[in-house]
Amino acid sequence: MARLVVLGGGVAGHTAATFAADWLGRDHEVIVVTPNAKWNWIPSNIWVGVGQMSKEEVTFDLDPVYKKAGITYKQAKAISLNPEGNGSSDKPFVTIEYTGQEKAGKSEEVTYDYLINATGPKLNFGATPGLGEGSQLGEYTVSVCTADHAQHAAHELTKVLDKMRNGERQKILIGTSHGMCTCQGAAFEYIFNVEHEIRKAGLRDMADIQWISNESFMGDFGMGGLHMKVGGYVVSSRIFTESLFAERGVNYITGAHVNKVEKGKVSYELLDGTMGEETFDFSMLIPPFAGVGLKAYNKAGEDITDTVFAPNGFMKVDADYTPKPYEQWKASDWPLTYQNPTYKNVFAAGIAFAPPHLISKPAKSPNGTVINPTPPRTGMPSGIIGKAVARSVCDLITKGSGAHLHEASMAHMGAACVASAGKGWLDGTAAAMTVYPVVQDFEKYPGTGRDTDYTFGEIGLAGHWIKHILHYMFIYKAKLKPFWKIIPE
Amino acid sequence: MAIKPEEFNFAKNDQFNNSMIPGKMARYLRTCKIWQFIRFIVLNIKMLIVVSKSH
Ligand SMILES: Cc1cc2nc3c(=O)[nH]c(=O)nc-3n(C[C@H](O)[C@H](O)[C@H](O)COP(=O)(O)OP(=O)(O)OC[C@H]3O[C@@H](n4cnc5c(N)ncnc54)[C@H](O)[C@@H]3O)c2cc1C
Repeated sequence: MARLVVLGGGVAGHTAATFAADWLGRDHEVIVVTPNAKWNWIPSNIWVGVGQMSKEEVTFDLDPVYKKAGITYKQAKAISLNPEGNGSSDKPFVTIEYTGQEKAGKSEEVTYDYLINATGPKLNFGATPGLGEGSQLGEYTVSVCTADHAQHAAHELTKVLDKMRNGERQKILIGTSHGMCTCQGAAFEYIFNVEHEIRKAGLRDMADIQWISNESFMGDFGMGGLHMKVGGYVVSSRIFTESLFAERGVNYITGAHVNKVEKGKVSYELLDGTMGEETFDFSMLIPPFAGVGLKAYNKAGEDITDTVFAPNGFMKVDADYTPKPYEQWKASDWPLTYQNPTYKNVFAAGIAFAPPHLISKPAKSPNGTVINPTPPRTGMPSGIIGKAVARSVCDLITKGSGAHLHEASMAHMGAACVASAGKGWLDGTAAAMTVYPVVQDFEKYPGTGRDTDYTFGEIGLAGHWIKHILHYMFIYKAKLKPFWKIIPE
Repeated sequence: MAIKPEEFNFAKNDQFNNSMIPGKMARYLRTCKIWQFIRFIVLNIKMLIVVSKSH
């Protein structure tokens, strides 16, 4: 009987664990180690953040789902890996610390035959002074990255709406914080949902809404932008993004690294090296992401974190990490199997794997400050990678160590993404987009780096319907309800 | 002459003035139920093609 341990019960980890448990049956053991008692459909946190959904609507208890799937569930966070075992045993193990199940604070060593690291991001609020750390709530800015954060954001937004009703003009600032943030899409969704709610409340004239982002141009989204076929033209996402901002009266600042947040004020540096300040009454700024800080030790107990993890804390996999200039970046730099090069029974999936480099063009201010978005790993790629890695591990378990590993390169897969621009079955809108492939391949698609037949975007009510239906579909799938396996990632 | 709603924001700043803003028809189609139902079907088909190419 082999044991697979999955660290993290988010999009990638939950997908990997549930498919692995299904494929392996009761002959082998699947353990999930994740610190939260609830699963969260993160994309819908945007609607929680504007008070249009409750926290309960975007989360559910993991325990009954894992019981049904025959998965052993440990409500704990992983602290460190011992991929060679220790002085007393060769068996690899992971050290975990419980956060629930009436064992909070207790440590345990969980041995494994195979390990999937799907721990997602550490929300690195600490990288920007004043952005809100510790409880991550209640400081100067709000966040929508977790359901709790989003609930708090909605509460603060209500206060701002009340002030506008009382005739007080309000300044709203939404975007990214640090120069190396990713997840611009989430901030984009939030700013337009906030604008939609303010408009619905008849208060649009009372609000100045401002976007701030580390992207060097509007519509970069950490993917170097995208080109779509529209009306017989091939058009940059920049044109459409700027158009939406102009239409909705939202001013924008790009190429910004927010270096300090104070009460009602942010200070920032721009790509041209100039410094600026922006005031606000309500602000949601996305924090930068880092790895969750797992440590690794060899058999002798020596720290080998640098061997297993990249400096940003994400796990090294089968990518080409050789530093090279932008002009030499290739699609083949991106990982295929997500296997750790040193420990072949260890894999990483979703945000937890270390990308070889950015997707967007690197940029620095004349002062040397790096201001460029880091690569997004959105829901669809995270789910597809989780499933491919689970397939590889199951084959290694059932067919032996020579089994073929499954591939899911972000340079060979596309992504469908629906960015909400306001909720409502009759008056909502969303930008429905696909990119193919996620990582540009200039050898295969010289020009735009992508196949423009499969890269498109369109804004409208239909996009909102899709986004809302996906909310129910993915929660249904994650709960492992009948036919869950036929719903694609 | 009264300013058209789609032209109102152009005057606000250079960023807006240099971009394109949808006119009355384009904005109407965005929430026109019949048109959007057709787009819903088209978008789903397009997305399913990309999803199937990615698995
Ligand atoms: C507000 C917001 C909106 C978004 N909207 C979209 C969208 O519309 N479409 C889209 O495609 N993507 C969207 N994304 C991105 C999407 O949420 C991520 O791509 C996806 O969640 C990544 O999956 P993951 O499994 O790698 O990480 P996560 O889903 O974050 O899962 C990581 C898991 O690991 C757990 N964990 C953390 N530390 C440890 C530890 N030490 N030990 C064990 N477990 C640990 C966490 O608790 C969590 O359960 C959005 C993101 C945000 C923040």
